[in-house]
Amino acid sequence: MSSSIILIIIGMGIVTYIPRMLPLALFSGKSMPPFLEGVLRNVPYAILGALIFPKIFLIQDDIWFGITGAIAALILAFIGANVIVVVLGSIGVLSLYSLLF
Amino acid sequence: MLEASIEKASSFREGIQSGLSIAIGYFPIAIAFGLLSKTTGLTLFETVLMSLVVFAGASQYMSLSLIASGAGAFVIIFTTFVVNIRHFLMSASLSEKVEPEKSLIKSLYAFGITDETFSVMATKAGSVSTGFAFGVVGISYASWVISSGIGFAIGASLPQVLQESMTVALYAMFIGLLVPSMKKSMKVVYLAILAAVFNSIFLFSKTLEDGWAIVTSTILSAVIIEFVETMKRRKRGISDE
Repeated sequence: MSSSIILIIIGMGIVTYIPRMLPLALFSGKSMPPFLEGVLRNVPYAILGALIFPKIFLIQDDIWFGITGAIAALILAFIGANVIVVVLGSIGVLSLYSLLF
Repeated sequence: MLEASIEKASSFREGIQSGLSIAIGYFPIAIAFGLLSKTTGLTLFETVLMSLVVFAGASQYMSLSLIASGAGAFVIIFTTFVVNIRHFLMSASLSEKVEPEKSLIKSLYAFGITDETFSVMATKAGSVSTGFAFGVVGISYASWVISSGIGFAIGASLPQVLQESMTVALYAMFIGLLVPSMKKSMKVVYLAILAAVFNSIFLFSKTLEDGWAIVTSTILSAVIIEFVETMKRRKRGISDE
């Protein structure tokens, strides 16, 4: 049982590492066509959108929990708060929410 | 020589500072992972080993529920691959932004590409130096591995309210990274919204699994917006003549 779990962990590690490593190790980033370069520069913002939504609404069964957290984070980030403040502030707001509801 | 090494040390320190918000965000997530791992029946050694070797939150959670349901090794490893294939895109995107460096060194810090470390590096102004990359990745990795162990040991004794509210941590961090760029550029707003809409459609219609849904929505959004942008530029170019 235990040795098979360790093998699973090693397998998971390998299939996770390869996609992380290949592009960085192989591309020097200079010989790319401009359109592809533009697309790659767009990736961070697109992927952040996809990572946040819709999952943030589903973190608890109560959908208002996620909505409250999202609104708190958006307001804090919009007024220019530091990322750490956004994280801790949202946790604080949701702790308050859990205590009240 | 000396100046170069001082510069390296300071960019490493800058990386650690920028990675601090990730380390804080990982704490609750990894605590929860350690706790869940214990209830699934893994040992402390296996729990910490998984965080050391895999270092990818979503897939580690998923593997626990698959192990609990008695799934085979192949299914678990394949699911992990699918969930983590998005790192390929991140790595390709980063290759545009990092300073020139030996492939071997880049392969080392590439191990630490996660949604969070990528977001911090990719939204940094200017290029990403090797020292900065190691700083961000190093502190995040340390927090992830250590917190997994702590979670296994004491996770169950944290107050329930705090355990629940901490689930928002990483999403809040993504918002904290995205919004400043949104305020500066409408293009960023369109990119994020379009990808969010595609991802919601794929997930709710159950056409794609989680990992593929993120990859597909990101590519669609990045390509469509770049295409529109190129067309606009071309049209402007013609009318200028």
